[in-house]
Amino acid sequence: MKRYSAFAIAKNALSYHQGWERAWAKPQMKKEYDAVIIGAGGHGLATAFYLGKNYGITNVAIIEKGWLGGGNTGRNTTIIRSNYLQDPSAAIYEKARSLYETMSQDLNYNVMFSPRGVMMLAQTEAEIRGYKRTAHANKLQGVKTEYIGPQKVKALCPIIELSGPRYPVLGALWQSRGGTARHDAVAWGYARACSEMGMDIIQQCEVTGVMQSRGKVMGVQTSKGNVKCKKLGIVVAGNSGHLAEMAGFRLPLESVALQALVSEPIKPCMDVVVMANTVHGYMSQSDKGEMVIGGGTDGFNNYTQRGSFHHLEETVRALIETFPMVSRLKMLRHWGGIVDVTGDRSPIISKTPLSGCFINCGWGTGGFKAIPGSGWAMAELMAKDEQTGLGAQFGLNRFQEGRFIDESVAAGVAH
Amino acid sequence: MLNLKCPNCEITADETDLHCDGQAHIERFGTGASDDDLETYLFMRHNPKGVHFERWRHVFGCGKWFNVARCTVTLEVFGTYSAQSLVPPKSLINKIKKKRPEWEGFVK
Ligand SMILES: Cc1cc2nc3c(=O)[nH]c(=O)nc-3n(C[C@H](O)[C@H](O)[C@H](O)COP(=O)(O)OP(=O)(O)OC[C@H]3O[C@@H](n4cnc5c(N)ncnc54)[C@H](O)[C@@H]3O)c2cc1C
Ligand SMILES: [Zn+2]
Repeated sequence: MKRYSAFAIAKNALSYHQGWERAWAKPQMKKEYDAVIIGAGGHGLATAFYLGKNYGITNVAIIEKGWLGGGNTGRNTTIIRSNYLQDPSAAIYEKARSLYETMSQDLNYNVMFSPRGVMMLAQTEAEIRGYKRTAHANKLQGVKTEYIGPQKVKALCPIIELSGPRYPVLGALWQSRGGTARHDAVAWGYARACSEMGMDIIQQCEVTGVMQSRGKVMGVQTSKGNVKCKKLGIVVAGNSGHLAEMAGFRLPLESVALQALVSEPIKPCMDVVVMANTVHGYMSQSDKGEMVIGGGTDGFNNYTQRGSFHHLEETVRALIETFPMVSRLKMLRHWGGIVDVTGDRSPIISKTPLSGCFINCGWGTGGFKAIPGSGWAMAELMAKDEQTGLGAQFGLNRFQEGRFIDESVAAGVAH
Repeated sequence: MLNLKCPNCEITADETDLHCDGQAHIERFGTGASDDDLETYLFMRHNPKGVHFERWRHVFGCGKWFNVARCTVTLEVFGTYSAQSLVPPKSLINKIKKKRPEWEGFVK
């Protein structure tokens, strides 16, 4: 693999940029691998990356039914923060956030991580108390975050209207090292690094069955034939329930549509990310100038990757009170992804009833920020076959044991 | 937008008049139940890619609950029926089977 650098750009300019090599290979699928990962989204690719980097396991295939990064990873609004409430969540999200800081260097791929700051508005008394509680918890966990008053909110984000009338801005939880990153680049950067380690990324190949014998996983059936493996990682977000059914177990989650939309590009007007959880809306400005807007999930089980129109309208309508300028914006594009939502709004990184088969899912509406931390934890789980390390608390057994990692408050709209 | 006919008041309502409350026909367990049964009741969900039976409420209408059979991939609605049913009506099951021969049938 040729390294990307300023020097490489200058050199390639001499040949009119015709000489760049492909970022990742297009291999034929082999008959057998040490490990197969289903799903080439951010989480699947990061899992493969850390299997190779941290454990030296490189005889790995990542099988993707569409194109890599074409699932939720390529559909999300890229908010990155780590100020969650519970200890296990703060640990894994903060690990992820810190890995984002050096990801461009680590992968030699510009993921455009932009730690511009993320604020979550407090617009009710209950929210003030909730966010202050999170700020205290974060202090104990060593996660840098603070509770700020309305004047500081206005100073950081001048286009905000503080006075309501329905929901005045009373304060905010502010994480100055949170921000955004280029979603596609995260998938592409990992894919390039995995390919470089000799792993096979098989695209346009759907897994249609899980082969097992005596309670142990043997491999998977795919649209391009069968492939054997010693270990299997299911990392398919909204399709987790479907894959679990193939493997013979059920999951404590449901799949629903989550939508987002962007406006026409306008001049720079907002250099932070703002989330308004009470009215269910959030907004940031992309480098292209588009206002990136999202809200809560649609209301029913759905696998169609598109949602209801009225939901978009509700999201935008809710934002207008806090951001009056939104009412003058033309909206350009909208889309949806299928997110897998658990009862306690925390992810699952777990062994399964099928020996040798592991699952990473339940990131729901907020897993982009967790990609590197999640891959780190999932690789450890798969390599050691042991519920330990960063993912130790995220096992499936927590539901039976009543040991929830309740993030329904801290997550709010949940991004 | 989804349109569902409420079997209680016979009105065909828009999605915005309704509220979905997830999987229908969940078997309930109380004190003394096994850990497995309680977990299944409280948390485990079928979440199928295909035919789904679910509970809806006509919130901005008659206010009553009813059940719906719907496809989660095409959003096709196969039918609605009373929330008092312990299992989906036979006629509805047959109708779905005719449309979806590959369907595994109703499972709890
Ligand atoms: C509109 C929207 C906004 C969001 N905003 C944010 C945000 O601001 N911040 C944040 O942190 N998170 C956000 N999220 C959540 C985030 O996108 C996800 O949690 C994260 O991207 C999940 O990554 P993944 O790799 O697990 O899943 P995906 O990227 O969905 O990857 C799973 C892959 O598995 C493949 N697959 C499925 N079934 C099969 C099969 N049978 N065979 C082979 N391959 C299969 C799919 O094609 C897909 O590519 C948002 C999500 C959406 C939809
Ligand atoms: Zn009614």
